[in-house]
Amino acid sequence: MSKIHVSAVVNGDPVDFLADPRESLLDCLRDQLGLTGSKEGCGTGDCGACSVTVDGVLVCSCLVLGVEAEGKAIGTVEGISQGSTLHPLQRKFIEHAALQCGFCTPGILVAAKALLDQNASPTETEVRYWLAGNLCRCTGYDKIVRAVMDAASEMREAV
Amino acid sequence: MHYHKPQTFEDAIKIAATAQGVTRFLAGGTDVLVQLRAGIVTPDTLIDLKLIPGVRDIVREADGGWTIGIAVSGAELGRHAALVAEWPGVVEGMNLVGSTQVQGRATLAGNLCNGSPAADSVPGLVAAGATVSVVGPNGTRKLAVENIPASPGRTHLQPGEIVAAIHLPPRGVNGGDAYLRFIPRTEMDIAVVGCAISLTLDGDKIATARVALGAVAPKVILVAEAAAALIGTTLDDHAVSALQAAATAAAQPITDRRGTVEFRKDVTAVLAARTARIAYARAKGEAK
Repeated sequence: MSKIHVSAVVNGDPVDFLADPRESLLDCLRDQLGLTGSKEGCGTGDCGACSVTVDGVLVCSCLVLGVEAEGKAIGTVEGISQGSTLHPLQRKFIEHAALQCGFCTPGILVAAKALLDQNASPTETEVRYWLAGNLCRCTGYDKIVRAVMDAASEMREAV
Repeated sequence: MHYHKPQTFEDAIKIAATAQGVTRFLAGGTDVLVQLRAGIVTPDTLIDLKLIPGVRDIVREADGGWTIGIAVSGAELGRHAALVAEWPGVVEGMNLVGSTQVQGRATLAGNLCNGSPAADSVPGLVAAGATVSVVGPNGTRKLAVENIPASPGRTHLQPGEIVAAIHLPPRGVNGGDAYLRFIPRTEMDIAVVGCAISLTLDGDKIATARVALGAVAPKVILVAEAAAALIGTTLDDHAVSALQAAATAAAQPITDRRGTVEFRKDVTAVLAARTARIAYARAKGEAK
């Protein structure tokens, strides 16, 4: 089976790649485009380590085919910072030590940013339910939730 | 694997009719891609239905019912205020499927066609009296949702047939529905038991009712005896007991790592009572 040409926009940049129709978007991002921030934890949509946005919608990139990205705008963890200036979520994750091994962190940052983009003042309960599809085996989640709440608070004050 | 993105259902059917080997239709992909990656099902032909015009729409019909496109995601369903107000049970069932990420992709049609007896969105559709338009090589037919599942992972769809739309009847006045499931944790799990009830009231009395159970039989079941226990009552204690007895009698669960037969039957009774009370309160306008 020949590969299919895909044109998309990733983190604001137009990209073209050739995808085997069986390849997931996650594999295309990592192997074709060299964007290895998104991780494969489970490959079955349970762990959220591969979270990206497609046209602003939070999805697991392991559950999207690369060929489905045609014409779409993809957002990955690599697009969260402004150059070398970290996003408030990234700074707060460091301040609160909201990561240990770091494997889940890119997916959680993408998921948390998607939440704050649509809800600037989430409750702790809303944060916990929103991030229920992002598994972390190190932190016990409390530090992650605190970091997200703190980042949201700072971002509200900055407006 | 050949990947197709037809622009019409007619084209999708033609592609499926001439395809060799294993064919799968793709909507949200949250089951198809898992099966693909795990090597459970490796399609030779994958037909993506998301580019067909209208499949992402939720449309109010002239009779007051709704038509829901087969690529409408759970998140989109949950954001539709008018639909949520009329059919909260249908929407809350779908919104229990998976995580935020899965909600961004997963669809009612996919959850139905995956054929899981524990599918969270299916009991709500069955209780609501939802129907689906099925298109295939021999034309179009309309089927009640309860007539789609056959057994775990199997449906009554014929080869080459596609669910093209989901239809909810008019809610009318004094109606309410609800879906509850039991899982051992609070999020991201598969139903041990699911129960959906839709009813309408005439004054304080239940005029019509439909009761559906999930995860307690090889497929989601519609339990007429349980509905009969409700109709004509004001959901008094006697009616609730009769509902529980009928629902428990209809449940034919298995023992697996999620629960035993005895546990599932007990939970069926508990959920039936709770679900009926929520649906009743919603029908009275006393609950959202």
